[in-house]
Amino acid sequence: MNPDWVSALLGGIMIGGGASLFLLANGRIAGVSGAIGNLTKRVWPTTETILFITGFIAAPLVYSQFSPLPEIDATRNIAILIIGGLAVGIGSQLGGGCTAGHGVCGNARFSKRSIIATLMFIGVGAGTVLVLG
Amino acid sequence: MRKLTALVSGLLFGNGLILSDMVNPARVRAFLDFFGDWDPSLTFVMIGAISVAAVAWLIVGKRETSLLGSELPAKPSTTIDRRLIVGSAAFGFGWGLTGMCTAPGLTTLGLGRWEVLVFFAAMVAGMYLYHRWNDLHLLRRDKLTRT
Repeated sequence: MNPDWVSALLGGIMIGGGASLFLLANGRIAGVSGAIGNLTKRVWPTTETILFITGFIAAPLVYSQFSPLPEIDATRNIAILIIGGLAVGIGSQLGGGCTAGHGVCGNARFSKRSIIATLMFIGVGAGTVLVLG
Repeated sequence: MRKLTALVSGLLFGNGLILSDMVNPARVRAFLDFFGDWDPSLTFVMIGAISVAAVAWLIVGKRETSLLGSELPAKPSTTIDRRLIVGSAAFGFGWGLTGMCTAPGLTTLGLGRWEVLVFFAAMVAGMYLYHRWNDLHLLRRDKLTRT
C-alpha cells in the first residue's frame, strides 16, 4: 500500500482533537469500547454518550460532503469476522480499553496500564498477521 | 452545550479515522505486518493523536472540573493484572485477524459494508458475553467470601 503520511498525521491530529474536546469540554475519556460495552451491561447510557457514538457513525456523512469516501478492503471470511469480533469484544472489556481508550487517551497521560495494553495489541496483532498471514 | 461537544468529538474523531484511512482494515493489517510489506501510517496517526491529547491532559491536570463544569476522570489505576494482559492480548488477536476494532468499526458501519456488520455484531456479542460471565464470576466470589 502507498503510505500517505500527511493524511495519516492530519487524521491523527483530528483524532487527538476529538479526544481532547471530549476531555476538555465533557470531562470524559474518549473510550469507545467503554461507551459501547456499557450498553451491553444494561446500564442506560447518558445522552452525551449516545451523541458521542452517533458522531462516529455519522462521520462518513460529513466527510462525503468534502471528499469522496475511501474504498476499504476487508476479509470476506465469515468465520474470521466472527472470531475476530468476539476476541475484540471480550478483550476490550477484560482489558478495560481499546485503541481509542488505551491507545490514544491513556498513552497521552502516560498511564502504565495503557502503555502495556498498547504493546500487547501491537505485539499480538503483529504475531497474528505473521503466523496467519 | 455538552451535548453538542459530545457529538462534535465523535464527528472529529471519526473523520480523522477516515482521513488517515484507519477505517480500512487492509491498512491496519499492513501496519501490523512488520516482517512483510510494512506500512508505517498508524505510527504517524498515533504521533498526531497522542501529541494533541497530551496537551489536553496537561490543561485538565491543572483544573478541578472540565471547561464546561463536568467532573474529570479519576487518576489512572496502576494495577497490572492478568485481566489487562489477557484482555489486551485477545484484543490484539482479533485486531490482527481482521484489521478491525471498536472505534473504526463504528465509523465503518456508516460506510454500509456487510463485512463490518458481521464483525460489529460479533464484537457486541463478545462484550455482552463478557459482562454476563463477569456478573456470575463476581456473584460466585461474593458467596465464597461470605462462607
